[in-house]
Amino acid sequence: MIVLLGVLVVILGFATRRNPLLVVGVAGIATGLLAKLSPQEILAAFGNGFASSRSVTIFVITLPVIGLLERHGLQEQARILIGRLGKLTTGRFLALYLLLRQLTAALGLTSIGGPAQSVRPMVAPMAEGAAERRHGPLPERVRERVRSYSASADTVGLFFGEDCFLAIGSILLITGFVNTTYHTHLEPLQLALWAIPTAVCAFLIHGFRLLRLDRSLDHDLAAPGGRSAAEGSRTAEEAK
Amino acid sequence: MIKAEWFYWLVGAVFVAMAAQMAVDRTNPKRLGSAAFWGLLGGCFFYSGWVVEKKAPAEPLGVAVLAMVCLGGFQLTGRGVPRTTTPEQRAASAARLGSRLFVPALSIPLVAVVCASAVKHWHIGGEPVLEAGSETILGLGFGAIVGLLVAMAVVRERRAAVPLHAGRSLLESMGWALLLPQLLAVLGSIFQEAGVGTQVGKITEQVLPEGQKYVAVAVYCVGMALFTVIMGNAFAAFPVMTAAIGWPVLIEQMHGDAPAVLAVGMLAGFCGTLVTPMAANFNLVPAALLELKDQYGPIKAQIPTAGALLVCNIAIISLFAF
Repeated sequence: MIVLLGVLVVILGFATRRNPLLVVGVAGIATGLLAKLSPQEILAAFGNGFASSRSVTIFVITLPVIGLLERHGLQEQARILIGRLGKLTTGRFLALYLLLRQLTAALGLTSIGGPAQSVRPMVAPMAEGAAERRHGPLPERVRERVRSYSASADTVGLFFGEDCFLAIGSILLITGFVNTTYHTHLEPLQLALWAIPTAVCAFLIHGFRLLRLDRSLDHDLAAPGGRSAAEGSRTAEEAK
Repeated sequence: MIKAEWFYWLVGAVFVAMAAQMAVDRTNPKRLGSAAFWGLLGGCFFYSGWVVEKKAPAEPLGVAVLAMVCLGGFQLTGRGVPRTTTPEQRAASAARLGSRLFVPALSIPLVAVVCASAVKHWHIGGEPVLEAGSETILGLGFGAIVGLLVAMAVVRERRAAVPLHAGRSLLESMGWALLLPQLLAVLGSIFQEAGVGTQVGKITEQVLPEGQKYVAVAVYCVGMALFTVIMGNAFAAFPVMTAAIGWPVLIEQMHGDAPAVLAVGMLAGFCGTLVTPMAANFNLVPAALLELKDQYGPIKAQIPTAGALLVCNIAIISLFAF
Protein backbone atom coordinates (compact mmCIF):
# COMPACT_ATOMS: atom_id res chain seq x y z
CA MET A 1 0.00 0.00 0.00
CA ILE A 2 2.82 2.36 0.93
CA VAL A 3 4.23 2.24 -2.63
CA LEU A 4 1.24 4.35 -3.71
CA LEU A 5 3.04 7.33 -2.16
CA GLY A 6 5.04 7.40 -5.41
CA VAL A 7 1.87 8.31 -7.29
CA LEU A 8 1.25 11.03 -4.72
CA VAL A 9 4.74 12.45 -5.40
CA VAL A 10 3.86 12.70 -9.10
CA ILE A 11 0.54 14.40 -8.43
CA LEU A 12 1.99 16.85 -5.91
CA GLY A 13 4.97 17.58 -8.13
CA PHE A 14 2.89 18.33 -11.20
CA ALA A 15 0.28 20.21 -9.15
CA THR A 16 2.95 22.54 -7.73
CA ARG A 17 4.44 23.04 -11.21
CA ARG A 18 7.90 21.68 -10.40
CA ASN A 19 10.13 20.75 -13.32
CA PRO A 20 8.57 17.55 -14.71
CA LEU A 21 11.94 15.84 -15.21
CA LEU A 22 12.76 16.28 -11.53
CA VAL A 23 9.26 15.24 -10.43
CA VAL A 24 9.40 12.01 -12.42
CA GLY A 25 12.98 11.29 -11.40
CA VAL A 26 12.23 11.82 -7.70
CA ALA A 27 8.99 9.81 -7.91
CA GLY A 28 10.91 6.93 -9.48
CA ILE A 29 13.61 6.91 -6.81
CA ALA A 30 11.05 7.32 -4.00
CA THR A 31 8.87 4.48 -5.29
CA GLY A 32 11.90 2.24 -5.65
CA LEU A 33 13.03 2.96 -2.08
CA LEU A 34 9.49 2.45 -0.70
CA ALA A 35 9.38 -0.92 -2.45
CA LYS A 36 12.68 -1.77 -0.68
CA LEU A 37 14.77 -1.92 -3.85
CA SER A 38 18.51 -1.43 -3.30
CA PRO A 39 20.19 1.65 -4.86
CA GLN A 40 21.80 -0.61 -7.48
CA GLU A 41 18.44 -2.08 -8.38
CA ILE A 42 16.94 1.40 -8.73
CA LEU A 43 19.78 2.50 -11.02
CA ALA A 44 19.37 -0.68 -13.04
CA ALA A 45 15.62 -0.02 -13.30
CA PHE A 46 16.34 3.46 -14.68
CA GLY A 47 18.89 2.03 -17.10
CA ASN A 48 16.74 -0.85 -18.31
CA GLY A 49 13.68 1.37 -18.62
CA PHE A 50 15.62 3.89 -20.72
CA ALA A 51 17.16 1.22 -22.94
CA SER A 52 13.87 -0.43 -23.82
CA SER A 53 11.91 2.80 -24.33
CA ARG A 54 14.25 4.38 -26.89
CA SER A 55 11.57 4.09 -29.56
CA VAL A 56 9.76 7.05 -27.88
CA THR A 57 12.53 9.44 -28.87
CA ILE A 58 13.32 8.34 -32.42
CA PHE A 59 11.03 10.86 -34.10
CA VAL A 60 14.04 13.18 -33.69
CA ILE A 61 15.33 11.62 -36.90
CA THR A 62 12.67 13.57 -38.81
CA LEU A 63 13.70 16.97 -37.39
CA PRO A 64 16.42 17.74 -39.97
CA VAL A 65 13.88 17.21 -42.79
CA ILE A 66 11.28 19.45 -41.16
CA GLY A 67 13.91 22.03 -40.20
CA LEU A 68 15.26 22.17 -43.75
CA LEU A 69 11.76 22.56 -45.21
CA GLU A 70 10.90 25.31 -42.72
CA ARG A 71 14.03 27.19 -43.77
CA HIS A 72 12.60 27.15 -47.26
CA GLY A 73 9.11 28.34 -46.39
CA LEU A 74 7.04 25.27 -45.37
CA GLN A 75 5.04 27.32 -42.83
CA GLU A 76 4.60 30.20 -45.29
CA GLN A 77 3.24 27.82 -47.90
CA ALA A 78 0.84 26.31 -45.35
CA ARG A 79 -0.35 29.84 -44.59
CA ILE A 80 -0.92 30.57 -48.28
CA LEU A 81 -3.06 27.45 -48.55
CA ILE A 82 -5.12 28.41 -45.50
CA GLY A 83 -5.42 31.94 -46.81
CA ARG A 84 -7.37 30.65 -49.81
CA LEU A 85 -10.12 29.58 -47.41
CA GLY A 86 -10.64 33.12 -46.12
CA LYS A 87 -13.76 33.84 -48.18
CA LEU A 88 -16.00 31.46 -46.23
CA THR A 89 -18.28 32.17 -43.27
CA THR A 90 -16.68 32.04 -39.82
CA GLY A 91 -18.02 28.59 -38.96
CA ARG A 92 -17.26 27.00 -42.31
CA PHE A 93 -13.78 28.51 -42.36
CA LEU A 94 -13.00 27.19 -38.87
CA ALA A 95 -14.46 23.75 -39.66
CA LEU A 96 -12.24 23.54 -42.76
CA TYR A 97 -9.24 24.68 -40.74
CA LEU A 98 -10.06 21.98 -38.19
CA LEU A 99 -10.08 19.36 -40.95
CA LEU A 100 -6.83 20.67 -42.43
CA ARG A 101 -5.16 20.73 -39.02
CA GLN A 102 -6.28 17.15 -38.30
CA LEU A 103 -5.10 15.85 -41.66
CA THR A 104 -1.70 17.52 -41.52
CA ALA A 105 -1.17 16.42 -37.90
CA ALA A 106 -2.11 12.88 -38.93
CA LEU A 107 0.78 13.05 -41.39
CA GLY A 108 3.13 14.15 -38.64
CA LEU A 109 3.18 17.84 -39.63
CA THR A 110 2.24 19.03 -36.16
CA SER A 111 4.34 22.19 -36.14
CA ILE A 112 2.78 23.96 -39.12
CA GLY A 113 -0.10 25.07 -36.89
CA GLY A 114 -0.31 26.25 -33.29
CA PRO A 115 -1.37 29.33 -31.34
CA ALA A 116 1.74 31.32 -32.26
CA GLN A 117 2.38 29.91 -35.74
CA SER A 118 -1.11 30.02 -37.19
CA VAL A 119 -3.95 31.02 -34.83
CA ARG A 120 -2.80 34.51 -33.90
CA PRO A 121 -1.37 35.57 -37.25
CA MET A 122 -3.98 33.97 -39.53
CA VAL A 123 -6.84 31.88 -38.26
CA ALA A 124 -8.31 34.26 -35.69
CA PRO A 125 -8.05 37.34 -37.96
CA MET A 126 -9.67 35.46 -40.83
CA ALA A 127 -12.47 34.11 -38.64
CA GLU A 128 -13.10 37.61 -37.34
CA GLY A 129 -12.88 39.03 -40.84
CA ALA A 130 -15.49 36.58 -42.07
CA ALA A 131 -17.83 37.50 -39.20
CA GLU A 132 -17.31 41.22 -39.87
CA ARG A 133 -17.99 40.79 -43.57
CA ARG A 134 -21.37 39.43 -42.64
CA HIS A 135 -22.32 41.36 -39.53
CA GLY A 136 -20.24 44.53 -39.42
CA PRO A 137 -18.10 45.46 -36.41
CA LEU A 138 -18.21 42.85 -33.67
CA PRO A 139 -19.01 43.65 -30.04
CA GLU A 140 -16.16 42.79 -27.64
CA ARG A 141 -17.96 39.73 -26.26
CA VAL A 142 -18.56 38.24 -29.70
CA ARG A 143 -15.01 38.98 -30.81
CA GLU A 144 -13.69 37.07 -27.78
CA ARG A 145 -15.92 34.16 -28.62
CA VAL A 146 -14.77 34.00 -32.24
CA ARG A 147 -11.14 34.10 -31.10
CA SER A 148 -11.72 31.41 -28.48
CA TYR A 149 -13.31 29.15 -31.08
CA SER A 150 -10.37 29.78 -33.41
CA ALA A 151 -7.97 28.60 -30.71
CA SER A 152 -10.20 25.59 -30.02
CA ALA A 153 -10.25 24.54 -33.69
CA ASP A 154 -6.47 24.46 -33.66
CA THR A 155 -6.13 22.55 -30.39
CA VAL A 156 -8.84 19.97 -31.10
CA GLY A 157 -7.46 19.44 -34.61
CA LEU A 158 -3.97 18.85 -33.26
CA PHE A 159 -4.96 16.54 -30.40
CA PHE A 160 -7.23 14.29 -32.41
CA GLY A 161 -5.14 14.28 -35.56
CA GLU A 162 -1.62 13.67 -34.31
CA ASP A 163 -2.36 10.26 -32.79
CA CYS A 164 -3.11 8.88 -36.24
CA PHE A 165 0.59 9.44 -37.02
CA LEU A 166 2.63 6.49 -35.88
CA ALA A 167 5.72 8.35 -34.80
CA ILE A 168 4.14 10.91 -32.49
CA GLY A 169 5.23 11.11 -28.84
CA SER A 170 1.98 9.85 -27.34
CA ILE A 171 1.82 6.74 -29.54
CA LEU A 172 5.45 5.96 -28.88
CA LEU A 173 4.93 6.54 -25.16
CA ILE A 174 2.21 3.88 -25.18
CA THR A 175 4.39 1.32 -26.96
CA GLY A 176 7.45 2.32 -24.92
CA PHE A 177 5.62 2.01 -21.61
CA VAL A 178 3.64 -1.14 -22.36
CA ASN A 179 6.44 -3.03 -24.11
CA THR A 180 8.89 -2.18 -21.32
CA THR A 181 6.52 -2.82 -18.44
CA TYR A 182 4.58 -5.86 -19.57
CA HIS A 183 7.20 -7.45 -21.87
CA THR A 184 4.77 -7.59 -24.75
CA HIS A 185 5.05 -6.31 -28.29
CA LEU A 186 2.73 -3.60 -29.57
CA GLU A 187 3.39 -1.94 -32.90
CA PRO A 188 2.87 1.85 -33.26
CA LEU A 189 0.85 1.30 -36.43
CA GLN A 190 -1.84 -0.73 -34.60
CA LEU A 191 -2.27 2.10 -32.08
CA ALA A 192 -2.31 4.80 -34.74
CA LEU A 193 -5.12 2.99 -36.57
CA TRP A 194 -7.18 2.87 -33.38
CA ALA A 195 -6.90 6.64 -33.09
CA ILE A 196 -8.90 7.07 -36.30
CA PRO A 197 -12.45 6.44 -34.91
CA THR A 198 -11.98 9.11 -32.24
CA ALA A 199 -10.46 11.46 -34.83
CA VAL A 200 -13.59 11.10 -36.97
CA CYS A 201 -15.83 11.71 -33.92
CA ALA A 202 -13.76 14.78 -33.02
CA PHE A 203 -14.18 16.22 -36.50
CA LEU A 204 -17.92 15.56 -36.55
CA ILE A 205 -18.56 16.93 -33.05
CA HIS A 206 -16.31 19.97 -33.10
CA GLY A 207 -17.04 20.65 -36.76
CA PHE A 208 -20.75 20.65 -36.01
CA ARG A 209 -20.22 23.04 -33.10
CA LEU A 210 -18.16 25.35 -35.30
CA LEU A 211 -20.92 25.40 -37.92
CA ARG A 212 -23.41 26.14 -35.16
CA LEU A 213 -21.28 29.18 -34.29
CA ASP A 214 -22.48 30.78 -37.53
CA ARG A 215 -26.08 30.39 -36.47
CA SER A 216 -25.46 31.71 -32.98
CA LEU A 217 -23.58 34.71 -34.41
CA ASP A 218 -26.55 35.33 -36.71
CA HIS A 219 -28.83 35.13 -33.70
CA ASP A 220 -26.73 37.35 -31.41
CA LEU A 221 -26.00 39.99 -34.02
CA ALA A 222 -29.38 39.99 -35.74
CA ALA A 223 -30.81 42.67 -33.43
CA PRO A 224 -29.23 45.76 -35.09
CA GLY A 225 -30.27 44.19 -38.41
CA GLY A 226 -30.21 45.22 -42.04
CA ARG A 227 -26.53 46.14 -42.37
CA SER A 228 -25.62 46.42 -46.02
CA ALA A 229 -22.89 44.17 -47.32
CA ALA A 230 -20.90 47.18 -48.54
CA GLU A 231 -20.94 48.82 -45.15
CA GLY A 232 -19.92 45.52 -43.56
CA SER A 233 -16.91 45.05 -45.76
CA ARG A 234 -15.80 48.66 -45.35
CA THR A 235 -15.76 48.27 -41.58
CA ALA A 236 -13.86 45.07 -41.99
CA GLU A 237 -11.18 46.98 -43.89
CA GLU A 238 -10.97 49.61 -41.18
CA ALA A 239 -10.78 47.02 -38.46
CA LYS A 240 -7.49 45.76 -39.81
CA MET B 1 18.36 -8.56 -41.91
CA ILE B 2 18.15 -4.89 -41.08
CA LYS B 3 18.08 -4.50 -37.30
CA ALA B 4 16.26 -1.85 -35.27
CA GLU B 5 19.43 -1.46 -33.23
CA TRP B 6 21.27 0.02 -36.24
CA PHE B 7 18.62 2.68 -36.45
CA TYR B 8 19.03 3.51 -32.75
CA TRP B 9 22.75 3.95 -33.42
CA LEU B 10 21.91 6.35 -36.23
CA VAL B 11 19.68 8.38 -33.87
CA GLY B 12 22.48 8.30 -31.26
CA ALA B 13 24.95 9.52 -33.88
CA VAL B 14 22.63 12.39 -34.83
CA PHE B 15 22.43 13.44 -31.15
CA VAL B 16 26.21 13.26 -30.75
CA ALA B 17 26.78 15.26 -33.95
CA MET B 18 24.29 17.92 -32.82
CA ALA B 19 25.94 18.00 -29.38
CA ALA B 20 29.31 18.61 -31.05
CA GLN B 21 27.77 21.56 -32.97
CA MET B 22 26.29 22.87 -29.70
CA ALA B 23 29.60 22.68 -27.83
CA VAL B 24 31.13 25.29 -30.17
CA ASP B 25 27.99 27.44 -30.57
CA ARG B 26 28.94 30.68 -28.76
CA THR B 27 25.45 32.13 -29.17
CA ASN B 28 24.16 29.60 -26.61
CA PRO B 29 24.78 30.91 -23.08
CA LYS B 30 24.62 27.37 -21.70
CA ARG B 31 26.42 25.63 -24.53
CA LEU B 32 28.40 23.22 -22.36
CA GLY B 33 25.34 22.08 -20.39
CA SER B 34 23.40 21.63 -23.63
CA ALA B 35 26.24 19.72 -25.27
CA ALA B 36 26.58 17.50 -22.18
CA PHE B 37 22.84 16.76 -22.11
CA TRP B 38 22.47 15.85 -25.79
CA GLY B 39 25.86 14.15 -26.01
CA LEU B 40 24.96 11.99 -23.02
CA LEU B 41 21.61 11.18 -24.61
CA GLY B 42 23.35 10.14 -27.83
CA GLY B 43 25.85 8.03 -25.91
CA CYS B 44 23.03 6.34 -24.00
CA PHE B 45 21.40 5.36 -27.31
CA PHE B 46 24.55 3.40 -28.22
CA TYR B 47 25.18 1.88 -24.76
CA SER B 48 21.50 0.83 -24.44
CA GLY B 49 22.01 -1.70 -27.23
CA TRP B 50 24.32 -3.74 -25.04
CA VAL B 51 22.02 -3.34 -22.03
CA VAL B 52 19.07 -4.73 -24.00
CA GLU B 53 21.19 -7.73 -25.04
CA LYS B 54 22.38 -8.08 -21.42
CA LYS B 55 26.02 -7.74 -22.49
CA ALA B 56 26.59 -4.70 -20.27
CA PRO B 57 25.33 -3.72 -16.80
CA ALA B 58 22.35 -1.36 -16.66
CA GLU B 59 23.53 0.62 -13.62
CA PRO B 60 25.90 3.00 -15.48
CA LEU B 61 23.04 3.80 -17.85
CA GLY B 62 20.85 4.58 -14.82
CA VAL B 63 23.51 6.99 -13.56
CA ALA B 64 23.63 8.68 -16.97
CA VAL B 65 19.81 9.01 -17.04
CA LEU B 66 19.81 10.65 -13.60
CA ALA B 67 22.61 12.99 -14.76
CA MET B 68 20.40 14.03 -17.71
CA VAL B 69 17.49 14.54 -15.31
CA CYS B 70 19.66 16.91 -13.27
CA LEU B 71 21.02 18.76 -16.33
CA GLY B 72 17.50 19.28 -17.68
CA GLY B 73 15.71 19.64 -14.34
CA PHE B 74 18.01 22.35 -12.98
CA GLN B 75 17.83 24.39 -16.20
CA LEU B 76 21.46 23.81 -17.20
CA THR B 77 20.56 23.48 -20.87
CA GLY B 78 19.89 26.39 -23.20
CA ARG B 79 19.54 27.29 -26.84
CA GLY B 80 21.60 29.16 -29.35
CA VAL B 81 20.53 31.68 -31.96
CA PRO B 82 19.81 29.65 -35.09
CA ARG B 83 21.38 30.72 -38.38
CA THR B 84 18.40 30.62 -40.64
CA THR B 85 16.69 32.36 -43.53
CA THR B 86 14.91 35.73 -43.27
CA PRO B 87 11.10 35.91 -43.51
CA GLU B 88 11.50 37.52 -46.97
CA GLN B 89 13.70 34.68 -48.20
CA ARG B 90 11.19 32.17 -46.90
CA ALA B 91 8.28 33.90 -48.61
CA ALA B 92 10.23 34.01 -51.89
CA SER B 93 11.18 30.38 -51.58
CA ALA B 94 7.58 29.39 -50.74
CA ALA B 95 6.40 31.28 -53.82
CA ARG B 96 9.00 29.51 -55.97
CA LEU B 97 8.57 25.98 -54.63
CA GLY B 98 4.84 26.10 -53.84
CA SER B 99 3.24 22.93 -52.59
CA ARG B 100 6.26 20.87 -53.68
CA LEU B 101 7.50 21.73 -50.17
CA PHE B 102 4.99 19.26 -48.77
CA VAL B 103 6.28 16.32 -50.83
CA PRO B 104 9.35 15.47 -48.70
CA ALA B 105 7.33 15.82 -45.49
CA LEU B 106 4.62 13.53 -46.85
CA SER B 107 7.14 10.94 -48.01
CA ILE B 108 8.11 10.20 -44.37
CA PRO B 109 4.76 8.70 -43.28
CA LEU B 110 4.28 7.16 -46.73
CA VAL B 111 7.55 5.20 -46.58
CA ALA B 112 6.88 4.28 -42.95
CA VAL B 113 3.46 2.82 -43.77
CA VAL B 114 4.80 0.95 -46.81
CA CYS B 115 7.53 -0.62 -44.67
CA ALA B 116 5.08 -1.53 -41.92
CA SER B 117 2.60 -3.15 -44.29
CA ALA B 118 4.39 -4.41 -47.45
CA VAL B 119 8.15 -4.64 -46.85
CA LYS B 120 7.29 -6.47 -43.63
CA HIS B 121 6.54 -9.59 -45.67
CA TRP B 122 9.69 -9.53 -47.81
CA HIS B 123 12.27 -12.24 -47.23
CA ILE B 124 15.80 -12.74 -48.53
CA GLY B 125 17.26 -16.21 -48.11
CA GLY B 126 14.55 -17.21 -45.64
CA GLU B 127 15.29 -14.22 -43.40
CA PRO B 128 12.95 -11.23 -43.16
CA VAL B 129 14.45 -8.05 -44.64
CA LEU B 130 13.36 -5.99 -41.64
CA GLU B 131 13.76 -7.21 -38.06
CA ALA B 132 10.46 -8.80 -37.01
CA GLY B 133 8.38 -6.59 -34.74
CA SER B 134 10.32 -3.42 -35.53
CA GLU B 135 9.00 -2.72 -39.02
CA THR B 136 7.30 0.56 -38.08
CA ILE B 137 10.37 1.95 -36.37
CA LEU B 138 12.61 0.95 -39.24
CA GLY B 139 10.05 2.35 -41.65
CA LEU B 140 10.22 5.68 -39.88
CA GLY B 141 14.01 5.59 -40.19
CA PHE B 142 13.89 4.88 -43.91
CA GLY B 143 11.12 7.46 -44.31
CA ALA B 144 13.30 10.10 -42.67
CA ILE B 145 16.28 9.24 -44.87
CA VAL B 146 14.16 9.24 -48.03
CA GLY B 147 12.43 12.44 -46.88
CA LEU B 148 15.80 14.11 -46.31
CA LEU B 149 17.12 13.15 -49.74
CA VAL B 150 13.91 14.31 -51.44
CA ALA B 151 13.95 17.54 -49.43
CA MET B 152 17.55 18.27 -50.36
CA ALA B 153 16.68 17.68 -54.01
CA VAL B 154 13.55 19.85 -53.86
CA VAL B 155 15.27 22.83 -52.22
CA ARG B 156 18.59 22.19 -54.06
CA GLU B 157 20.68 21.92 -50.91
CA ARG B 158 23.91 19.92 -51.11
CA ARG B 159 25.49 20.44 -47.69
CA ALA B 160 24.40 17.87 -45.09
CA ALA B 161 25.36 20.29 -42.30
CA VAL B 162 22.42 22.58 -43.20
CA PRO B 163 19.58 20.15 -42.36
CA LEU B 164 21.55 19.01 -39.31
CA HIS B 165 21.77 22.62 -38.10
CA ALA B 166 18.08 23.26 -38.87
CA GLY B 167 17.12 20.09 -36.99
CA ARG B 168 19.31 21.09 -34.08
CA SER B 169 17.52 24.38 -33.55
CA LEU B 170 14.21 22.49 -33.44
CA LEU B 171 15.80 20.11 -30.93
CA GLU B 172 17.05 23.00 -28.79
CA SER B 173 13.63 24.62 -28.79
CA MET B 174 12.11 21.38 -27.48
CA GLY B 175 14.88 21.15 -24.90
CA TRP B 176 14.74 18.74 -21.99
CA ALA B 177 11.01 18.07 -22.61
CA LEU B 178 12.19 15.60 -25.25
CA LEU B 179 13.42 13.25 -22.51
CA LEU B 180 10.14 13.35 -20.57
CA PRO B 181 8.16 10.66 -22.44
CA GLN B 182 11.04 8.21 -22.08
CA LEU B 183 11.41 9.06 -18.41
CA LEU B 184 7.69 8.45 -17.90
CA ALA B 185 8.14 5.03 -19.48
CA VAL B 186 10.95 4.44 -16.95
CA LEU B 187 8.66 5.55 -14.12
CA GLY B 188 6.01 3.16 -15.39
CA SER B 189 8.43 0.24 -15.26
CA ILE B 190 9.54 1.19 -11.74
CA PHE B 191 5.87 1.45 -10.69
CA GLN B 192 5.40 -2.03 -12.11
CA GLU B 193 8.45 -3.45 -10.34
CA ALA B 194 7.32 -1.89 -7.07
CA GLY B 195 3.80 -3.24 -7.51
CA VAL B 196 1.98 0.10 -7.75
CA GLY B 197 -0.31 -1.16 -10.50
CA THR B 198 -1.18 -4.27 -8.50
CA GLN B 199 -2.08 -2.13 -5.49
CA VAL B 200 -4.29 0.27 -7.44
CA GLY B 201 -5.71 -2.72 -9.28
CA LYS B 202 -6.62 -4.38 -5.95
CA ILE B 203 -8.40 -1.24 -4.78
CA THR B 204 -10.19 -0.98 -8.12
CA GLU B 205 -11.30 -4.61 -7.95
CA GLN B 206 -12.80 -4.01 -4.53
CA VAL B 207 -14.64 -0.94 -5.76
CA LEU B 208 -15.63 -2.31 -9.16
CA PRO B 209 -18.49 -4.80 -9.29
CA GLU B 210 -17.22 -8.15 -10.62
CA GLY B 211 -17.15 -8.52 -14.40
CA GLN B 212 -18.80 -5.16 -15.08
CA LYS B 213 -17.00 -4.55 -18.36
CA TYR B 214 -18.64 -1.25 -19.28
CA VAL B 215 -18.21 0.20 -15.81
CA ALA B 216 -14.53 -0.70 -15.91
CA VAL B 217 -14.12 0.95 -19.33
CA ALA B 218 -15.85 4.08 -18.05
CA VAL B 219 -13.66 4.15 -14.93
CA TYR B 220 -10.51 3.83 -17.08
CA CYS B 221 -11.52 6.62 -19.47
CA VAL B 222 -12.90 9.01 -16.87
CA GLY B 223 -9.88 8.25 -14.68
CA MET B 224 -7.53 9.12 -17.57
CA ALA B 225 -9.39 12.39 -18.13
CA LEU B 226 -9.46 13.34 -14.43
CA PHE B 227 -5.81 12.44 -13.82
CA THR B 228 -4.92 14.50 -16.88
CA VAL B 229 -6.91 17.47 -15.56
CA ILE B 230 -4.91 17.29 -12.32
CA MET B 231 -1.52 16.71 -13.91
CA GLY B 232 -2.09 18.84 -17.01
CA ASN B 233 -0.62 16.11 -19.16
CA ALA B 234 -2.03 12.84 -20.48
CA PHE B 235 1.50 11.44 -20.70
CA ALA B 236 1.78 11.53 -16.92
CA ALA B 237 -1.68 10.06 -16.35
CA PHE B 238 -1.22 7.18 -18.78
CA PRO B 239 1.26 4.99 -16.84
CA VAL B 240 -0.74 5.34 -13.61
CA MET B 241 -4.20 4.58 -14.99
CA THR B 242 -2.95 1.85 -17.30
CA ALA B 243 -1.11 0.07 -14.50
CA ALA B 244 -4.21 0.43 -12.31
CA ILE B 245 -7.06 -0.57 -14.62
CA GLY B 246 -6.17 -0.57 -18.30
CA TRP B 247 -3.74 -3.46 -18.29
CA PRO B 248 -4.73 -5.68 -15.32
CA VAL B 249 -8.51 -5.35 -15.58
CA LEU B 250 -9.46 -4.46 -19.15
CA ILE B 251 -6.75 -6.36 -21.02
CA GLU B 252 -5.70 -9.27 -18.80
CA GLN B 253 -8.91 -9.99 -16.92
CA MET B 254 -11.49 -9.08 -19.58
CA HIS B 255 -9.33 -9.87 -22.65
CA GLY B 256 -9.77 -6.48 -24.28
CA ASP B 257 -7.80 -5.79 -27.46
CA ALA B 258 -4.66 -4.05 -26.17
CA PRO B 259 -4.03 -1.52 -28.98
CA ALA B 260 -7.69 -0.44 -28.98
CA VAL B 261 -7.91 -0.02 -25.19
CA LEU B 262 -4.61 1.83 -24.85
CA ALA B 263 -4.82 4.09 -27.91
CA VAL B 264 -8.37 5.20 -27.12
CA GLY B 265 -7.51 5.46 -23.40
CA MET B 266 -4.78 7.96 -24.24
CA LEU B 267 -7.30 9.96 -26.30
CA ALA B 268 -9.66 9.96 -23.30
CA GLY B 269 -6.80 11.64 -21.47
CA PHE B 270 -6.60 14.27 -24.23
CA CYS B 271 -10.24 15.15 -23.43
CA GLY B 272 -8.93 16.12 -20.00
CA THR B 273 -6.16 18.23 -21.56
CA LEU B 274 -8.80 20.25 -23.45
CA VAL B 275 -10.43 21.48 -20.24
CA THR B 276 -7.58 21.99 -17.78
CA PRO B 277 -5.78 25.27 -17.13
CA MET B 278 -2.85 23.10 -15.98
CA ALA B 279 -2.14 22.44 -19.66
CA ALA B 280 -1.08 26.05 -19.94
CA ASN B 281 0.66 25.73 -23.29
CA PHE B 282 -2.52 24.52 -25.00
CA ASN B 283 -5.18 26.53 -23.17
CA LEU B 284 -3.79 29.63 -21.45
CA VAL B 285 -1.04 30.57 -23.92
CA PRO B 286 -3.52 30.91 -26.84
CA ALA B 287 -5.75 33.11 -24.67
CA ALA B 288 -2.77 35.34 -23.90
CA LEU B 289 -1.59 35.41 -27.52
CA LEU B 290 -5.09 36.36 -28.70
CA GLU B 291 -5.32 39.07 -26.01
CA LEU B 292 -8.52 37.65 -24.55
CA LYS B 293 -9.94 39.25 -21.41
CA ASP B 294 -11.30 35.88 -20.34
CA GLN B 295 -8.26 33.61 -20.11
CA TYR B 296 -10.57 30.59 -19.91
CA GLY B 297 -12.24 31.47 -23.25
CA PRO B 298 -10.61 28.62 -25.22
CA ILE B 299 -11.40 26.13 -22.43
CA LYS B 300 -15.05 27.21 -22.45
CA ALA B 301 -15.16 26.70 -26.21
CA GLN B 302 -13.70 23.21 -25.75
CA ILE B 303 -15.66 21.83 -22.76
CA PRO B 304 -18.71 20.51 -24.70
CA THR B 305 -16.48 18.88 -27.33
CA ALA B 306 -14.31 17.30 -24.63
CA GLY B 307 -17.36 15.89 -22.80
CA ALA B 308 -18.91 14.45 -25.96
CA LEU B 309 -15.58 12.95 -27.06
CA LEU B 310 -15.06 11.31 -23.68
CA VAL B 311 -18.42 9.57 -24.14
CA CYS B 312 -17.36 8.58 -27.69
CA ASN B 313 -14.10 7.10 -26.39
CA ILE B 314 -15.93 5.04 -23.77
CA ALA B 315 -18.32 3.83 -26.46
CA ILE B 316 -15.49 2.98 -28.89
CA ILE B 317 -13.66 0.81 -26.34
CA SER B 318 -16.90 -0.81 -25.15
CA LEU B 319 -18.06 -1.66 -28.68
CA PHE B 320 -14.86 -2.58 -30.48
CA ALA B 321 -12.26 -3.75 -27.96
CA PHE B 322 -13.99 -6.89 -26.68
